[in-house]
Amino acid sequence: MNKLDRKLLRDLVHMRGQLIAVGLVVLCGVATFISMGSTYYSLLISQKNYYEQYRFADIFVQLKRAPETITQQIEKIDGVVTVRTRIVTEVTLDISGMNEPATGRLVAIPDQRRPMLNDLFLRAGSYIEPNQANEIIISEAFSEANNLKVGDSFKAIINTRLQTLRIVGIALSPEYIYEVRGGGSFFPDNKHFGVLWMSQSVLARAFNMEGAFNDLVLTLAPGASEAEVITRIDKILSPYGGLGAYTRAEQTSNQFITDEIAQNKFSSTIIPLIFLGVVAFLLHIVLSRLVNLERNQIAILKAFGYKNSAIGLHYLKLALVPVWGGVAFGTILGMYLGWKLTSIYAIYYHFPLLQYEASPQLIAVAVLLTIITAAFSVANALQNVFATAPAEAMRPEAPPQFRSGLIERLGFHRFFSPAIRMILRNIERRPLKSLFAVLGVAVSVAILVVGRYFFDAFDHMLKMQYEKVQRQNVTLVFNEVRPARVRHDIERLTGVMQCEPFRAAPIRLRFAHRTKRTLLLGIEQGSRLRRLIDKDLNEQILPIEGVVLTKKLGELLGVAVGQQLTIELLEGKRPIKTVYVAGFVDELMGLSAYIDMKALMKMLDEEDTISGAYLRVDPLVANQLYKQLKEMPAVSGVSIREVEIGSIRQTIEKSLNLSTFMLIFFASVIAFGIVYNGSRIALSERGRELASLRVLGFRQSEVGFMLLGEQAFLTLVGIPLGCFIGFCICLWIPHRLNTELYRMPLVINPESYLFAFIVITIAAFVSGLFVRWRIKKLDLIAVLKTRE
Amino acid sequence: MVSKSTQIPSFIAEIPPNSSLSSKEKEAVFRARRLCKVYHMGEVEVHALQDVDLDLYSAELVVLLGASGSGKSTLLNILGGLDPPTSGEVYYRDHNLTVNDDAALTRFRRDHVGFVFQFYNLIPSLTVLENVELVTEIAIDPMPAQQALEMVGLKQRLHHFPSQLSGGEQQRVAIARAIAKRPEVLLCDEPTGALDYQTGKLVLEVIEQVNHDLGTTTAVITHNAAIAEMADRVVKMRSGKIVEISHNRIKKHPADLIW
Ligand SMILES: Nc1ncnc2c1ncn2[C@@H]1O[C@H](COP(=O)(O)OP(=O)(O)O)[C@@H](O)[C@H]1O
Ligand SMILES: [Mg+2]
Repeated sequence: MNKLDRKLLRDLVHMRGQLIAVGLVVLCGVATFISMGSTYYSLLISQKNYYEQYRFADIFVQLKRAPETITQQIEKIDGVVTVRTRIVTEVTLDISGMNEPATGRLVAIPDQRRPMLNDLFLRAGSYIEPNQANEIIISEAFSEANNLKVGDSFKAIINTRLQTLRIVGIALSPEYIYEVRGGGSFFPDNKHFGVLWMSQSVLARAFNMEGAFNDLVLTLAPGASEAEVITRIDKILSPYGGLGAYTRAEQTSNQFITDEIAQNKFSSTIIPLIFLGVVAFLLHIVLSRLVNLERNQIAILKAFGYKNSAIGLHYLKLALVPVWGGVAFGTILGMYLGWKLTSIYAIYYHFPLLQYEASPQLIAVAVLLTIITAAFSVANALQNVFATAPAEAMRPEAPPQFRSGLIERLGFHRFFSPAIRMILRNIERRPLKSLFAVLGVAVSVAILVVGRYFFDAFDHMLKMQYEKVQRQNVTLVFNEVRPARVRHDIERLTGVMQCEPFRAAPIRLRFAHRTKRTLLLGIEQGSRLRRLIDKDLNEQILPIEGVVLTKKLGELLGVAVGQQLTIELLEGKRPIKTVYVAGFVDELMGLSAYIDMKALMKMLDEEDTISGAYLRVDPLVANQLYKQLKEMPAVSGVSIREVEIGSIRQTIEKSLNLSTFMLIFFASVIAFGIVYNGSRIALSERGRELASLRVLGFRQSEVGFMLLGEQAFLTLVGIPLGCFIGFCICLWIPHRLNTELYRMPLVINPESYLFAFIVITIAAFVSGLFVRWRIKKLDLIAVLKTRE
Repeated sequence: MVSKSTQIPSFIAEIPPNSSLSSKEKEAVFRARRLCKVYHMGEVEVHALQDVDLDLYSAELVVLLGASGSGKSTLLNILGGLDPPTSGEVYYRDHNLTVNDDAALTRFRRDHVGFVFQFYNLIPSLTVLENVELVTEIAIDPMPAQQALEMVGLKQRLHHFPSQLSGGEQQRVAIARAIAKRPEVLLCDEPTGALDYQTGKLVLEVIEQVNHDLGTTTAVITHNAAIAEMADRVVKMRSGKIVEISHNRIKKHPADLIW
């Protein structure tokens, strides 16, 4: 072993605390990089493979009823490759052991298994047998949420008849990777909503749809024009109650997962960058101060004839030890966390196989980036020493220069004790170093604030949707439009305290060249259960004329209040009308449009019809009501607020727990690394000063204060700054996470700032304890013997 | 900062600070008996002090003379409560300093001892005045910081930082800092070691003056035999032992020293 390597070993032992701190930050950086990168990649690959292998469709359309013969016309459209027609309908389910009714979406599948678009992946059991009317395949999400297995059965009302359905298979479909009800309800509640696949012929018979279909999906040839195909399809299907064709981009499940992947891609580049920045910063301060402390030794080595490259390599090796350690353990941790994250995605996103893959390229990039960072820091640190001639470098560095600074000029120093003056002057003397330390703490605070923000925003969205906008406990949806007098029947049901009917109609809005499909919701004047809410959570009054749009919908159409837009009702006589925009509401989910129910009737040219009702229900007798609802053929969907919220929270919290843990851990490590290194280095730089103070009779605690006070001060400045930076990032997130499906609100609870404050304070405090322990071991005599 | 409520070992709490400033009565301030200090360097044992007996009397000026490595600093550090001996006993007045209690020794240094070292060890981030105030703030009966600086002739430089002073000036600040609390003993370890001839003499004059004016018991370490002529007593050391103790019949004034 050459002598430099022996020195290396001693340095490593001597500096182990600081090197471990650097290594930990590298570990966190690499772990986030690998976990997020691999999660992103895994989702992307899983989606791509799934779509390909199970023939996910390109174009989707729902309609009222069209004869099968029409299919030929659609197949003839240029660019259309394969068409699948089917019957899709929703029914109420009665699952034993569950008081509330659930909603099942019945999707027809061919009696004989054959390849088809949106094909099924059978997880368990088998495909349906022909001529077995009660056999169904259920989605994996639904089966898991309700603990249903192959061979179990439950009841459903299928076109006025209560039937027992037997589960023969459990399956997944690329159409329902994210399985939600849709139509404004975008949180997964797999307990109360599930997809069921059933024989095409059985469904056709049950719903009087023989030789007909109400749902069509198709694939396009590469390069085919989506817009053109959509126009042609809409023209063909409009006499049959077509609700407008749409592409994958508007397919709910695909929309969610694609958004998620995009978000992952973004965060898997940004967050590791922050970590690398911190790593570079830490390596830089550790190395540059080490090099400075060793400038004499370096000069002597140079005088002996060691080349710059040999000395550079020596320090690079020193830097690479913690870096390699961090990379190795970080890769392992990153792969574990990535696998964990991916499996948490499997809670929301149902893939046959969410294949987890951490690609070698990804790991190579992580390794390369950290090594480059380390090399850069070493080069940077050595630059000064190499620039000076050996003879000059051998002279001890001039004592630190202090001058009267800002505090003196302002005359404030009078108010401070000498100890505090020392702290302030040390900070002032190295403003850049202090600034970086403050920024480092701020970054870790910001990470925590932003992490908590997702909780807060999610909570707010849930509250807004389920407490402010939708105040009903129960929503009933009829299988078809009913006369308004049905209302009285509903009011007579057990436990119904309040009933407000609504009329929903599928529409296409048109403004200038822009169009948008959505649902127009007609509600009564003075409606108390469904309300129009602005962003300050104040109620808005429903205008007698005109439509009120979700702000996002208004933006997509580019329309302003007072302007006229064309509204195409995709139902009944399919009238086309112009209405003016009476106002906007700031709903956070979906793209709703509201109108006065009477005005909607007039547009539709109908006499008092309703498509469902919002109910307020006495919770004490709710179970009796649920029982009645389960047996009502006219009701195709029931959603119950409390159970829905409960099941949503459960699902979401599972994933947030892991990410919160990761955030706390990573942020604490950054804060710890920065504070620990800062004070450790200060201890070695100012060791003799502190020893002198001890000789003068200052206690360990007093000396500790003079040393750690600086870090404490910087931490205390960093925390509010971090809160501010975190807030600024949160300010910006709603702009990024602003989709047709949901808009992130800017809501940060005060508790979140407090949380960040507490976590970072603890991390700083713990690192302070470590340094306090070093002060205790300060060798007074050894320090005083040497010249600085 | 000076909290007297904290646990003070009784031997220190009872000592009235600055008891006797009066004449040079033969009252032993320090009493060291059979002091040994052994450093273990792996296999080798270094006997830095071997069976040293020494008394320091109130208000006297003692010079510890000896070659480098003879154990002078080790002895001084033990007397000053910086380092415990391996065996033997040290008494400060009636009280044993050999207890291994960091808080008690800190208290002792804080209240009774002034140190001056070869390297001045000023706090670079504090001004001249503040360096002295740092000590007067925690002392029981200090003199005003300005007065201490006046004694060392640095009244004009109160608001300068250490990096703006010459070596001799820094050392004089260190002396002002050491005497500002009116310590009973002033321990100086090669105070002129890093200074040139003229400046060194200036610093010695200050030490002599403090000893004379305040009656502070003073020990000065040096390897320079010429300096010994300013002492009341000279203690010669060699290889961890006291080889000779002599009295100067005529004390020379530092200005008259020549080397
Ligand atoms: N920390 C230590 N470890 C080992 N040996 C030491 C240590 N401190 C001092 N010594 C040794 O003790 C002896 C006396 O040292 P010291 O009192 O500093 O001498 P002086 O001040 O007279 O030059 C020397 O031989 C020195 O090498
Ligand atoms: Mg010495």
